[in-house]
Amino acid sequence: MVMTREEKLARINAHQERVNLIFEKIDSLGLLEKVMKLENSKILEYIKESGLKGRGGAGFPTYLKWKLAADQKSDMKYVICNADEGEPGTFKDRKILEEQADKVFTGMAICAKVIGAPEGYVYLRGEYNYLAPLLTTKMNAFNEEMNQLGLNFTLKLRSGSGAYICGEETALIESMEGYRGEARNKPPYPVEKGYLGKPTVINNVETLVYCTMIVLNEGGKFKTFGTEISTGSKVFSVSGDADVEGIYELELGMTIQEFVDLFGDGDTKAVQVGGASGFCVPRKKFKETIIGFEGVPTGGSMMLFNSTRSMYHILMNYMEFMQEESCGQCTPCRVGCQQLVKGIQAIKHKKRSATYLDELVKLAKSMRVASKCGLGQSVANPFISIVENFREEIIY
Amino acid sequence: MSENIQKMISVTIDGTPVSLPENTTILDAAKLLGVHIPTLCHHEDLCVAGNCRVCMVEVKGSRTLQASCATPVAEGMEIYTNSRLVRTARKHVIELLLSEHRGDCLRCYRNGNCELQALANEYRIDQGVFIDLHKEDQVDISSPAIQKDDSKCIRCQRCVRACTELQSVSALCVAHKGADMRITTFWDKALSYVVCTNCGQCVTHCPTGALTERNYVEDVWDAIYDPTKHVVVQTAPAIRVSIGEEVGLEPGQRVTKKLVTALRRLGFDSVLDTDFTADLTIIEEGNELLQRLTQAIRDKEDVALPMITSCSPGWIKYIEHEFSNHLDHLSTCKSPQQMFGPLAKTYYAEKIGVDPKDMVVVSIMPCTAKKFEAARPEMMASGLRDVDYVLTTRELGLMIRQAGIDFTKLEEGDYDSILGKSTGAGAIFGATGGVMEAALRTAYELITGREIPFENLNIKPVRGLSGVKEATLKIEGTLEKYKFLEGVELKVAIGHGLANARKIMKQLENGESPYHFIEIMACPGGCIGGGGQPIPTTDEIRMKRANAIYDEDEKMQYRKSHENPEIIGIYKDFLKEPLGHKSHELLHTTYVKREKN
Repeated sequence: MVMTREEKLARINAHQERVNLIFEKIDSLGLLEKVMKLENSKILEYIKESGLKGRGGAGFPTYLKWKLAADQKSDMKYVICNADEGEPGTFKDRKILEEQADKVFTGMAICAKVIGAPEGYVYLRGEYNYLAPLLTTKMNAFNEEMNQLGLNFTLKLRSGSGAYICGEETALIESMEGYRGEARNKPPYPVEKGYLGKPTVINNVETLVYCTMIVLNEGGKFKTFGTEISTGSKVFSVSGDADVEGIYELELGMTIQEFVDLFGDGDTKAVQVGGASGFCVPRKKFKETIIGFEGVPTGGSMMLFNSTRSMYHILMNYMEFMQEESCGQCTPCRVGCQQLVKGIQAIKHKKRSATYLDELVKLAKSMRVASKCGLGQSVANPFISIVENFREEIIY
Repeated sequence: MSENIQKMISVTIDGTPVSLPENTTILDAAKLLGVHIPTLCHHEDLCVAGNCRVCMVEVKGSRTLQASCATPVAEGMEIYTNSRLVRTARKHVIELLLSEHRGDCLRCYRNGNCELQALANEYRIDQGVFIDLHKEDQVDISSPAIQKDDSKCIRCQRCVRACTELQSVSALCVAHKGADMRITTFWDKALSYVVCTNCGQCVTHCPTGALTERNYVEDVWDAIYDPTKHVVVQTAPAIRVSIGEEVGLEPGQRVTKKLVTALRRLGFDSVLDTDFTADLTIIEEGNELLQRLTQAIRDKEDVALPMITSCSPGWIKYIEHEFSNHLDHLSTCKSPQQMFGPLAKTYYAEKIGVDPKDMVVVSIMPCTAKKFEAARPEMMASGLRDVDYVLTTRELGLMIRQAGIDFTKLEEGDYDSILGKSTGAGAIFGATGGVMEAALRTAYELITGREIPFENLNIKPVRGLSGVKEATLKIEGTLEKYKFLEGVELKVAIGHGLANARKIMKQLENGESPYHFIEIMACPGGCIGGGGQPIPTTDEIRMKRANAIYDEDEKMQYRKSHENPEIIGIYKDFLKEPLGHKSHELLHTTYVKREKN
């Protein structure tokens, strides 16, 4: 389906207006007053019914996370907003924080009420430090309002220092505690032993805003979107060889073909869904691939590549990124990433035979099951999906 | 009662059902079933890391493999330790480690005692699949005690955990990330310029040859072969119960007399004993304690109490860095090694008619910090360097093996005389609490004229491996000279491992230390767990070595330092009196303030 840019924009805008949850202006304070009168079980029911899954990429059911933390008996609990948006190709949390910080804070306050947490932290990506003054001002006002409402919940801001790994929730906690950003052994999970050893819920920025909206709409609207497995909508960061770039909230469950028709430049040969830790979908699979947990899950990064792009360089770029951003503590990730980088280089330069690529795929599969955290486990996603679909481009 | 009963968890491991207490790790569970799961980053002395990933197992229903060292059993788990997935991933991990490691095994100091090599051998990794990634890092030889070669490091962080958790020193840390991640020091400074205490716990916990002692074996051979040199060897208390492990014996074997013969066979001209100067330390340090107590209690003078032992050079460097405002609490007594050095080059040299310039003093120590201690500028009381070379138990093991000596077939021998005779009190210096026990045996008798009232002289409360031990001894029936001590409750504490030393020192710093006398040893378990001891060292092995030391003590003719006939002799003949002029010249020292970073 060939459309002009104007036609594409008109369709995208119509879609956005229909969905419009994340960027809708609401009366946060009014909502909070209302929420505080609700039973926790009622809030949990809304979240459960919505089918909301974490929007950071891993897709853990939000209801379950809150419930597990709520069930913990502890003198102290925490809510943390993971604003360490570091996945290459995502930039939507930045906009949400710039425009809808109140809705993020409200989501945190709702979570805090449900699990019984008197303190919350926003862990802000180091590169987003320019947002800190704005967020601090809004946070102070929010804290004041919470105080006036007689609610025992205080928000604080923490800044990261630019390590990708700190988006992994246990590494984020280590960083907040003042240690090196390194993933912890799990179990125990943060809902049992998180920040300072206390039960902690860590949610992505976008997830928290959806929580706000789900409660505001008493469970309605959100769940009318998406598919059975991937309910609701999602904010996408669209970049690359796209006719229309930027940040858009769309229903889950579209096929890549539908997406490419709306955003592509007419020559899209591959879409990298989910950034450097996501999957590459080649043109021949556009029609059959659903954007969502039943197909390709994503934290929001959608990178489009047209036929002028070398998939070798794209893969190299991702692998070099992983090689640098691995925390370096576990063997499969630290050394594995280096071997993948050096390996495809050696094949390209005819220092190793083409069959060495098969050894590297086997290695990537081992990294998927052997790495300590999500970072190392997900290196196999881009590696295998690019190598298997663009083998010639890697070798020759 | 009911809450004390541990919840039991039922799992199957490779198809065998087993029931285990809650919180048992999969690794330990497998061990109970006789299933060996290989490990590298795991060490029972240290907290769980779970970073090498060698010990992975498959748990049915789990998306990824689980590190068995870090994962507790959960009800109904079906665990597979040797499935295809496990084997493939484990082999990959070993291959990856080898690709990053300088695999120069034949030229490696740890060849034959390297955990990575053993694992590579077990999995027959004979041809490298992956690209060689190892970096030719410069070897750090700035320290006289510890050598660090990053090209052999597998980033397991056992050294970092030993340095921070066991020792609370944090000289070693993790820096950088990804491919650049490595173990280094504050600001990448050389080891000799940081707070490193040279304790060597990083060395005994290193699975590979990345951290080793500075090795002086060839220098000692050179001295032995030099006909113009008279080479004297002294043996530390703790090595007689551990050298056996270096020559193939089980931990906990006492081999003192065979050790003497081995040293003679190696060609040392005089085989003498640091246990003798351990006894001498007790006389000097015991009298120093009594002097301080007299000043504090009788004369109401301002004198630093508690007095703290100074035998452990790792501990000395630690306090010099970390608590340098409290150096006056340290006993001024040199360690037994450094008491021996100047006595050998003065008193002994004269007795045997050797020019001290032609004498080489070698000590065999369970310790790497002793190498640093011997090189301290203060340690030239004889006018020469008092102790020329310090070898660890491991280096001596190397020499014995190089010389082709079949240790088990050796005849028993006795130490040479003077500076060779010792008591059980000197022997127990090797275990945590030993100096305290030896000091109490002598001090109590000096004060009261009676033996210390413990069955068979065994002061059990100061023994064992708990981190900080305390004891109180009520002094009754004093001699006239010590009347002011009548009824005083003498309070003592013992700490081993520098993390425990820190606790004791924090208490002292806060003015809350209730003690009169404190023994501190840098290494967990004391010298039997020293940084120069055979690898591996674990609590089980420490206990075996300690028991052997106490056994040695019980079998000795004399058990109290002041009864050692050679000690009585040296005072009569040479030193004249404890804390006297000669003692101050040769046996006591001073300390220096050092930077905290």
